[in-house]
Amino acid sequence: MPLKFDDERPIFIQVSEWIEDAILSGAFPEESQIPSITEFSVTCKINPATALKGINLLVNKDIIYKKRGLGMFVATGAIDKLREERKEHFYKNFIENLITEAKRLNLSESDIKSMIERGFEK
Amino acid sequence: MNGIAIKNISKNFGNINALDNVTITFEENKIYGLLGRNGAGKSTLLNIITNRIFSDSGSIMINNQPARENDQALRKVYLMSEKDFYPESMKVKDAFKWTKEFYPDFDMEYAVSLSEKFTLNIKSKIESLSTGYTTIFKVITALASNVPYILLDEPILGLDANHRDLLYKIIIEKYSQFPCTIVMSTHLIEEIAPLIEDVIIIKEGKVISNDSKEELLSKGYTVSGPASLIEKYIEGKNVLSVHTIGGLKTAYVLEPPVRVNLPEGLEAGVMDLQTLFIQLTNI
Repeated sequence: MPLKFDDERPIFIQVSEWIEDAILSGAFPEESQIPSITEFSVTCKINPATALKGINLLVNKDIIYKKRGLGMFVATGAIDKLREERKEHFYKNFIENLITEAKRLNLSESDIKSMIERGFEK
Repeated sequence: MNGIAIKNISKNFGNINALDNVTITFEENKIYGLLGRNGAGKSTLLNIITNRIFSDSGSIMINNQPARENDQALRKVYLMSEKDFYPESMKVKDAFKWTKEFYPDFDMEYAVSLSEKFTLNIKSKIESLSTGYTTIFKVITALASNVPYILLDEPILGLDANHRDLLYKIIIEKYSQFPCTIVMSTHLIEEIAPLIEDVIIIKEGKVISNDSKEELLSKGYTVSGPASLIEKYIEGKNVLSVHTIGGLKTAYVLEPPVRVNLPEGLEAGVMDLQTLFIQLTNI
């Protein structure tokens, strides 16, 4: 499992983001079962309480639901929900930072637009 | 309340104050990191809990029973320590058998299967084992003892990267399947940080921090930028230390991290457990 933690943010947040990425990429399809807390904590060598905390973030957002005695599953509609959420995140984290850096470099709006177009042409 | 309750423990060796009025509780089913620099008093504390040495004052209760010379209470605790209490010419498998005499719940099958995972030959004599394999033998014995409180003093001493990786997995596996209290005392803080829930830091015989790892980490942050700005910024703040490289300064601030109101030109960062530990225990 290519789950590597950086030091920047709490591990439980990184766990939940990693599961979100896996859902968005199709690795964990909707209504499919995700690994158990034990599997997560053993594979990543993290305290089970941390793994549980990360997964509970997703349970509270109705991305993951628990079936008693069976395990945890990806909810129907999880992908749409995550995409919406991430769009807002994308604006805040990428667009705002991009504009700040562009201003530092004296790039105009049209300069940025043409750079974006260049990026899409690749 | 179940757990190991350590109250007002003090211990002097000659005129050295090894432990000074230590009060902490190891709760049930939690993984702890017991951290401190060399000679801070970690091993002394673990040895006092298990009656290998006695404190000058204070008390220890294990599941509400006094630990002092109380075999019934002490059988709930296994201490893996630097010192060996097995005759050196004894074979690993015989040491396992002896452990079962004192710890009736010792799981022989589990001990043998762990030995296979680490390729520890149980027919070897203990004295013939390398530093790494001596550690492996000791940590296997501790994990297989099946007691509610496992104290591991330097459980990764001499282990190579592969064996450390394997050990962390085994510890989490064991803890997930059979919850118990595990106290890990080690200097490899960065590696064990993801495994532990609570952190206890001892400095010169005193407990200077006793918190959940997350609480502890949220108590401080780093801030760096041009020297003049940093000096102005840290005025009146609880600063652990300041590092200077050329005109750039980094300050370690022991206050809840600020997300807003950081002056232009300064950058905030997160302290990891090891950085925080170093800053807290530097003299």
